[in-house]
Amino acid sequence: MNTATNTATNTVSTGLQSLSISQRIIAGSLALMLGLTLLVGTGFAGDFRLHNGAHDTRHAMGFPCH
Amino acid sequence: MIRNLFAAALLAALAAGLLTAAIQHFRVTPLILHAETFEGEGGHSHGTEAVAAEHEHAEGTPAHTHDAAAIEEWAPQDGFERTAYTTLATVLAAAGFALVMGAISMFANIPITFANGFLWGIAGFVTFSLAPAYGLPPELPGMPAADLVARQVWWTGTALATGAACLLLAKTRASWAFAVAIALVVVPHIVGAPVAPDEPSAVPAHLATEFAAITLGTALVFWLVLGTVFGKLNDVFAARSATVPTGAIA
Repeated sequence: MNTATNTATNTVSTGLQSLSISQRIIAGSLALMLGLTLLVGTGFAGDFRLHNGAHDTRHAMGFPCH
Repeated sequence: MIRNLFAAALLAALAAGLLTAAIQHFRVTPLILHAETFEGEGGHSHGTEAVAAEHEHAEGTPAHTHDAAAIEEWAPQDGFERTAYTTLATVLAAAGFALVMGAISMFANIPITFANGFLWGIAGFVTFSLAPAYGLPPELPGMPAADLVARQVWWTGTALATGAACLLLAKTRASWAFAVAIALVVVPHIVGAPVAPDEPSAVPAHLATEFAAITLGTALVFWLVLGTVFGKLNDVFAARSATVPTGAIA
């Protein structure tokens, strides 16, 4: 994040295409980790609080529930 | 740029999630509540007594929680609280799907734009809704179902294989790629989803068919909105950060 803000002052960013491979891997890994955590928490976790809180969403979104 | 990706993903998830939660509230949840009135009446393996007995010794393994057992456990109150939790869960799941979509876009170096957001949405729908539903039809509470973990494993494997097929075809249209993609899509269904026990369902058939049609239709709306809004926001953010520093190109 720091490098991104530093470089943004002197480089012109032109969307996703302009990202370097390492930037893409960092951004992708962060997004993937957070995204999977959210999906496991809402759709798959066995904990009864998560299950009961997200119950109707699981059925509605087609996750296996019971 | 990382901030732009996260902002676009989360805002798109908020839009698609709230719209989907609204559709769920009016068309999907009423069917779930209706089905729950039949739960435990038929030959359903999750009958109250069976679960109570099973749950005594399974206290430490939360994977075995069921509605019947959950009566003694915390669950949102029917009405506003339940709707609020469902809305929150749907928005969070939407954020999860959006971030995974964003991650794939990063790894595969295929930007999500307004022009191709529709296709990202179709791919998401096929990967996470249609292909899993082909083997595991959307289930209502009270319907007989196979082992939960086995279904979760099959669901995940099918989504991974189908998603890989979509990604492969997005990267190359070579004839070998079509062959591999078809194999990836078909193999999970040849392996076969875990089969539900052959026992009578407590839920009337017309409820189950209505539920299957409505959830798949709602999923299609969700994915098309998610992909399109995600792409539009990416375009907007990219244009903004391109013009702010110098404006030389514009």
